[in-house]
Amino acid sequence: MNASVIIFYCIAAFILITGLLAVMGRKIFRSAIALLFSLTGIAGLYFWMDVNFIAAVQIIVYVGGIVVLIIFSIFLTQRSGEEMPKPLMKRTIFSVLAVLSGLGLTCNLINQYGFGSSSNQSAAFKADVADIGTQMLSTTEHGFVLPFELVSILLLAALIGCIVIAMKVKHEEK
Amino acid sequence: MFSLEGLTNFIHEWLNGHLPATFALLVEFVIVGVAAIGLFAVLGLGLVWMERKVAAVMQIRLGPNRLGPKGIFQTSADTVKLIMKEALTPSNADKFLFNLAPFIVIIVAMLILVPIAFARNFQIWDINIGVLYVTAVSSLSVIGILMAGWSSGNKYSLLGAMRSGAQIVSYELSAGLSIISIIVLTGSLKISDIVASQENGWWIFKGHIPAIIAFVIFIIAATAETNRAPFDLAEAESELTAGFHTEYGGMKFALFFLSEYINIFIVCAICATLFLGGWMPFHIGSWTAFNHIMDYIPSSIWFFGKTIFLIFVIMWFRWTFPRLRVDQLLNLEWKYLLPISMFNVLLMTLMAIMGWHF
Repeated sequence: MNASVIIFYCIAAFILITGLLAVMGRKIFRSAIALLFSLTGIAGLYFWMDVNFIAAVQIIVYVGGIVVLIIFSIFLTQRSGEEMPKPLMKRTIFSVLAVLSGLGLTCNLINQYGFGSSSNQSAAFKADVADIGTQMLSTTEHGFVLPFELVSILLLAALIGCIVIAMKVKHEEK
Repeated sequence: MFSLEGLTNFIHEWLNGHLPATFALLVEFVIVGVAAIGLFAVLGLGLVWMERKVAAVMQIRLGPNRLGPKGIFQTSADTVKLIMKEALTPSNADKFLFNLAPFIVIIVAMLILVPIAFARNFQIWDINIGVLYVTAVSSLSVIGILMAGWSSGNKYSLLGAMRSGAQIVSYELSAGLSIISIIVLTGSLKISDIVASQENGWWIFKGHIPAIIAFVIFIIAATAETNRAPFDLAEAESELTAGFHTEYGGMKFALFFLSEYINIFIVCAICATLFLGGWMPFHIGSWTAFNHIMDYIPSSIWFFGKTIFLIFVIMWFRWTFPRLRVDQLLNLEWKYLLPISMFNVLLMTLMAIMGWHF
């Protein structure tokens, strides 16, 4: 058990606890903040794995983008500071069941995958920004240029859709 | 010659000679943490004093002049006053988040300090994604502001926080795009590579007009992102009392105040690194003799000189321009700065491909 492992368990515990707080909290703003910490913890885990680019993207997209959006929408709702009513017993039971089956599925998948020993894998693992960039735009056999372009078209469509929804239509007075 | 590089090497070797590697690393963590807190304290005291002096000069008055020579201890006395004051928590507030918010803001400011190169080989972590890391982590600071505004349980605070959030989120775009236009030239996100690429001249001179446009846009966006006048409508006194930190008092207020100045320092340091060469002395192409003379000035002085000059420029803005309205602020970003900076990135890319820069 070395320092690296201890740090991993600390980060993992942090992610799990804040994740639980996000789900169990009855004040919606506090849940959002707990979700924020959970996502930041995942970014910390990426830093621990030495995949800095993914960590930065995790922070930009999830923390800087999505959580800020969630917080803004909480600000715009009425009476966001009050405690939510207790959830129904039936819903609690079924959500716990759903979580447990999800956990079981994930554990099963991880067991079946059979990871190789970590030492020889980490040597081959390289995640420089430059490498990711070249891979993303290369047209060779393992290049990702087609999915990359498809995703950018999807994003463009989403952007245009947002503008169309948000556009103010001028009602002409009769 | 005085150099910070020698100091860090000496400490590193001494610790590794006397302690096992893990403990030496831990001790180094502690030293770096204490040094960062020390830097924060000095910056807070120094920059507040500088702001008051600059304001005084702009308004033809003396400014603080009683405590110490030129009033230099005035801000220390203010800090002592703030520590002595009771830090109230309003009864209407969400107490946990209310007390957490100032620390979030300060911790985020401390995290951004990590990749900044203060002098030659004097850097906490020369991370591979340097500039991207800065933009990523700085997007966290808006959370602290939103948290403070919401948990105060006060409508002025909430409005101030929302304004501030909208402002930071939108100006991050053009700041990011002007950073990218320099990244196009350097071809690396690493701070040490960016500084090294300016060995034969700073990018603001080498990059022609696109670099100058990017520089101006970055300065405007940086001023807006740090919520400073003329973009200080998040804490517009006449409309919102004090914006998101209306309910804070004592040391908790001081943390917000401190983080504002730290953030100014950080954006100016990034700006100096990208456009003015960071710690790189003023070099001109192949004038070897001239470059050699410039190298005699220590790199830390170059870095802090450039950063403090940029801070002065931002302070100058504050006493020159009137405050913008909300609609003007958003128009400026979305209708002018963003299209200009997008076009500028294209221009810069064309220039980098054709090799028109020096």
